[in-house]
This record gives sequence, structure tokens and C-alpha cells, in this order.
Amino acid sequence: MKGYRKYFGKKIVWFLITFFFAVLLNFILPRLMPGDPVAGITSRAVRGLSDTSAVQQIYDNYAKLFGTNKPMPVQFVTYFKNALTGDFGLSFGQYPREVSDIIYSSIGWTLALQLPAIIVGWLLGNVLGALAAYIRKGFDKILMPISLFASSIPAFGLGVILLVVFATKLKIAPIAGGYGYDLIPNFSWGFIKSVIAHYQLPFWSIVLISIGGQAIGMRSMSIYELNADYVKYSRFLGIKDKKIVGYVFRNAMLPQVTGLALSLGTMVGGALVAEIIFSYPGLGSTILGAVTSSDYPLLSAATLIITMMVLVATFAIDIIYGFIDPRVKASQFD
Amino acid sequence: MKNTFRQVFHSPKFVVGFIIFGMILMTLWVYPLLNPGNPLQMLGLGSFFEPGTYVSIYDAVDTTPATMKLPNADEKRIARMLSDQDRVSMLEWLTAAGISEEEIDLNNTDKLLNQWEANYDPSIKPKGMTMAQRNYYKRLNNNLESALNTNEVVISTEDQETGALTQEKVITDTDYVNTKDVANVKFLPLGTDNFGRDMLKELVSATGTSILIGLIAGLIATFIGLSLGLLAGYLGGVVDDIIMFITNIFTVIPSFVLLILISYSISQSQRGATTVAIVIGVTSWVWTTRSVRSQVISLRNRDHVNLSKLSGHSLLHIILIDILPYIASYVVMALILQISTAILAEASLSMIGLGPETTRIPTLGLMMNWAMLYSAHLNGSWWAYFPVLLMIALISFSLNLMNTGLDQVFNPTLRD
Repeated sequence: MKGYRKYFGKKIVWFLITFFFAVLLNFILPRLMPGDPVAGITSRAVRGLSDTSAVQQIYDNYAKLFGTNKPMPVQFVTYFKNALTGDFGLSFGQYPREVSDIIYSSIGWTLALQLPAIIVGWLLGNVLGALAAYIRKGFDKILMPISLFASSIPAFGLGVILLVVFATKLKIAPIAGGYGYDLIPNFSWGFIKSVIAHYQLPFWSIVLISIGGQAIGMRSMSIYELNADYVKYSRFLGIKDKKIVGYVFRNAMLPQVTGLALSLGTMVGGALVAEIIFSYPGLGSTILGAVTSSDYPLLSAATLIITMMVLVATFAIDIIYGFIDPRVKASQFD
Repeated sequence: MKNTFRQVFHSPKFVVGFIIFGMILMTLWVYPLLNPGNPLQMLGLGSFFEPGTYVSIYDAVDTTPATMKLPNADEKRIARMLSDQDRVSMLEWLTAAGISEEEIDLNNTDKLLNQWEANYDPSIKPKGMTMAQRNYYKRLNNNLESALNTNEVVISTEDQETGALTQEKVITDTDYVNTKDVANVKFLPLGTDNFGRDMLKELVSATGTSILIGLIAGLIATFIGLSLGLLAGYLGGVVDDIIMFITNIFTVIPSFVLLILISYSISQSQRGATTVAIVIGVTSWVWTTRSVRSQVISLRNRDHVNLSKLSGHSLLHIILIDILPYIASYVVMALILQISTAILAEASLSMIGLGPETTRIPTLGLMMNWAMLYSAHLNGSWWAYFPVLLMIALISFSLNLMNTGLDQVFNPTLRD
């Protein structure tokens, strides 16, 4: 158990440190910008407003919200404490709704969409990549350029194309939203059916995009492993091809697991923009709404939540990795 | 060096990518020469004009007509006039009149018209048909008849004072005009966008800006990543610990989030294309640092590096002369990848409304954003978003292809 404890202990410490820095960055970045950030954010909020007293009032409101009159460390402690309790203040765009309430209503959609999509895309990509490396001729020649081209299309681009083909041309999928606009969220059969229908296009656009990149990575990894000395030695010993492929796949898989942890942030970013295309009621659309309505508290909370989600997912992958990595396993028996 | 170049240009993947990218660059250079002018000039008063040639009707009136008798001119004229809705309505009448649906072909205008003439009778009142519907059919029939009995069109001018009309010209159905004789003809290969701008011209200009953004961001990211990676890898110890600490933190925190936060905090007037490029560059150096560091660590204890150290060469000398050339191929590949990632990052950022705040130059992301804001994808204006998407995909495809080609040249194990 000692090896695991050491590995997990290290990972937990890292998780806490990154967590702290994520909150710190979320807090400090807007304040680091040249000039008065409150003035900048105010000017965005009051675009088209000519009443100076109203502008001043909005400025004071922001200043109070950010607590810019207090020293920085004090501000940070308050911010950190509030963030931990989930208190992000009131939304400007959807006043008097609380930011935490808006986030709470959209986070489920994002999780339910992105988590399965990224996992399915990753799995499919890896299987295809390994196949491409193993079969090589022909299959590899066709699959490789296709995946390369597919991974070149931005996630939102594929979203638009799927939307146009399946929703506006063929009319077999709904155009926008997470459920029919005439429905109220409840646990009825009709509502669930509508949710599933709205789920398809965003789901597949994220899956298709992540397949390409993963397949390319897995292919290179597998080819590298297939040329390794242990494979040649196993062939020399007369071990069956099927068994060797099993070894190769497992060894090529390990870096892919780490790769998933490392590229999660990028994938989530792409998927958030894809959400916007489908007006999916998740965090992506929340961010778009926050930007267009100059709702700074909401934007800041949404980015913090996304960072947290990526952090937790990365941490979970690290823990899983600990169980499947033979090196961590081997340290058990020392 | 020469040998490396020859090897690189023998890789089919690299060559294909290079040619595509080169062609894009050529277009950026040649097209503005052929079609100069401000890409953001609003030509159309209205949004999303379809691609095609626009001929001035006003100017066409003044030309001398050439008389031609084209074989199916009438049929084409009526086919153009009949909308899909009209055809379906005609089908409804004909089926009500007792013709089976198999006999009716909606796309064969000639046959449809013959059936219509044979079966339509305004005095019949089919069951369940309202007065308004019957009137609609009457109007439709009148339109068809007038289209068939080709009347001449009279062009007349209005007297400013009396308001009296004087006949100037008579246009018959056999009059044609050569587009060369019309003073004002505008060819819009990709139509116009929601602001009525020439899409193709805008696209070419936007591609240039986006590639420039990618280049600036890529150079910044590669420079930061390379410097940090070299320092961390070569010096090791505390410097390595500190740099890796920062790198690990920024690996996990999504760069997209940082991009949003920084872009939002920069006031709008300051957020030009260059600023966005710098912000993207500053947030995407992490990968380069990691890989450069690990490669430098494997080089650090090579004999030639130790020899250089013993000879008393400075740190800068060792890094530049003894280490950098060995990782140069990797750095070039990283740069190419950074450029394509940065172009995508700009597009994503623009999609959520945090792109370059500019009214002077378009970028691919902004064009995409405009098309989406004005629902081009819902109203069927494919020309407003599809060429933009294709351009983004082509740029990153060509860059990725070059990268894979280079990878296969420098990592022999990956070769086919």
C-alpha cells in the first residue's frame, strides 16, 4: 500500500496546489491588466448609456463588488472564501438571479454532454489508431489523411455542418437548445425523448472531432511500440501475434491516458464553443451570454467552474493511471 | 543542411501540405492585385446576396438588343416563375380533378403545364376548397397565361412636372443583351455577407490576418517555450523545479479559460488583431516547454556538450551552438503546430465575442461569428460560413500535414 499512498499523496498535494493557483489566476488576471479594470468592465457594461450619474453608480457597484477599495490580499481572502462556499454574488445580466443559481442550472448539461462525448471519442480514436498501426497498408493510408483532415476542422465548424445537414436540410434533428422550447423540464417520457433528440448532434460533433487527434496519437504510439525490441524478441520466441498485439496495445495505451489528462483542457474549450453553435443550455452558452451582456461575475464564475471541472477530471485520470501503470504497481512489492 | 531539405521535400505528406499552404499564400498575394479595394466596403444594401453575376437592370435597358430565338426560352421562363409552392398547389388541383399522382411530374414543367391547361377550369368548385384558395388558383392561372402570351414590356420615362409617361423603348421576349455591353456588372463568386460585403474579397483579407495572428502567436509561444525549456533542461536544479512547477500548473488550467479571462479584461479599443495574437501566444507555450526540456535533458550529458563545458564556453554559447541544432527540427514542428492551434484559438475566441475588436480588418473567426450572429446557417446562406470553415480546415490541414511529414523524416520509426 506504501507505493500507492505515496503516489496518491503526491497527486492530492498537486491537486490542491493547482486548485489554489487556479483560483488565484481567476482572481488576479483581470486585476493585472493595465489601467483600471473596473473602469474597463464598466465601460463595457454601459455601452450606449449617456447618463453620467448612472455610469458612476454602475462603477461604484462594480468597485464594491470587486472590493477594489481594500488591499489586494484582503480581497483575495474574501474572494477565495466566497468561491469555496459557492457564493459568486449576483448576476448583472440576469439581475437579480444569483450567479451560483445560473451556473447550477447549466453545469449538469455540460457535464452530461462533454464527459460521455470525450470518453467515447477517446476510446473510438484509440481503437482506430491501433488498428491503423496494426493493419498499416491501405487502411492506414485512407484513415490517416481522413483523421488528419477531421482533426483540422474546428469543433464548432463540424457542429455547423452537422446542424445544417441534419437539422435544416434533412430535418431529422432539432435545430437548437437542450430540449423542446415548448417543454418544461420534468421527468416525463416526452421530455426525456426530446432531450435525447437534442443531444445527438452536439454529442457526435464533439466525438467526431476528438476521434481524429486521438487516432493519430495512438497510431504513432503503436507503431513506435511495434518496432520496440521486446516485440522483436517475443516474435523470436514464437509468441502468438495476438498476444503480442495485446502487449503493444497496453503499452501504447499508457501514454494515451496521460495524453487525455493533458489535452482535456483544450478539448473542453473546443466543446464549449460547439455548445454555442447548438445553443445547448450548458456552460458554453452561459459564457457567451455573460460576454454579450457584460456580466462579469457570471463569466468569472463560469471560467472558475470549468477550470475546477478540468482539474477534477485530470485528478481522476491520474488516480486511474496509478492503478494501471505497472511502474506504480511494481512499487507495491518493493 | 542541404541533405535535410532534400529529405524533407521527398516526404509526400510534407510536399502536399506545403503546396496547399503555398497556394493559400499565393492567393493572398495575387487576389488583392487583381481585385483591389477595401475588403470591408459594403456593396449590397441588404444581407446575404447569393453568389452569382449581378447585372445592372438600369444599364441593361439602355443597350441595343440582340434578337435571338432560343429553343426552350418560354419553358425556362415559366419554370423560373413557378415556385415549388405553386407546383405543389397545381398538383393538389390536378389530383382533385382526378389525375393520379404517378402521372404528374413536378419537375417536368412542360408536361405539368399541358396537364394544367387541359384540366384547369375556374368555374369548377372542388370540395373543401375555400374562396381564398380558388382565388389563388385564378391568380396563378392568370400569371401562367400572361407568361405564355408573351406581352411586350414598355419602358417609359416620367416627366418631372406633368407626371406624364413617354414611351422610350419596347422590350420583347426575344431581346438579349451581351453582359459586356452593360456598364455595371458585378461578379460575386461567393455572394455577400450579412453587411453586404463581397465575401471572397473579405475571405482573402481575413485569411491573411488570421495567418498573421497565427504566426505572431506561434512565434511568441515557441520563443517562450523554447527559452524556458532550454533553461529548465540544461540548468536543472532549482531553476528546473520552478519552471516545471509553473508549467505543470498551466498544463492543467485550460488555456481557453485564461484566454477568455485575459481577453475580457483588455478594454475593447485595445483589443486589436496583434493584441489577440500576443494573448494567444502568451497562453500556449506549455507544450513546447515540456518537450524541449525533456529533449535537452537527454542531450545534456552528451560528450560534445561536456567538452564544450570543459573548454569554458559560456552558457549562451553551449545552448546556442551545442544544444539548439539538435532540437531545431523539433522546434520547427512545434512552431507549425502552434500556428495552426493559434488560428483555431482566434476563431474560437471570436465565436464567443472576445475576438479582435476591429472594424478595419476581418479575421476568419470574426467572419464566422458574424455569419452565426445573423443565422446564416439557419437561413440557407451557405456561402457566408462554409468557405470560412473550409479555409480554416485547409490551413490547419496543410500545416498538420507538413508537421506529420517532418515527423516521419526526423523520427525514422514512424516511417511507412
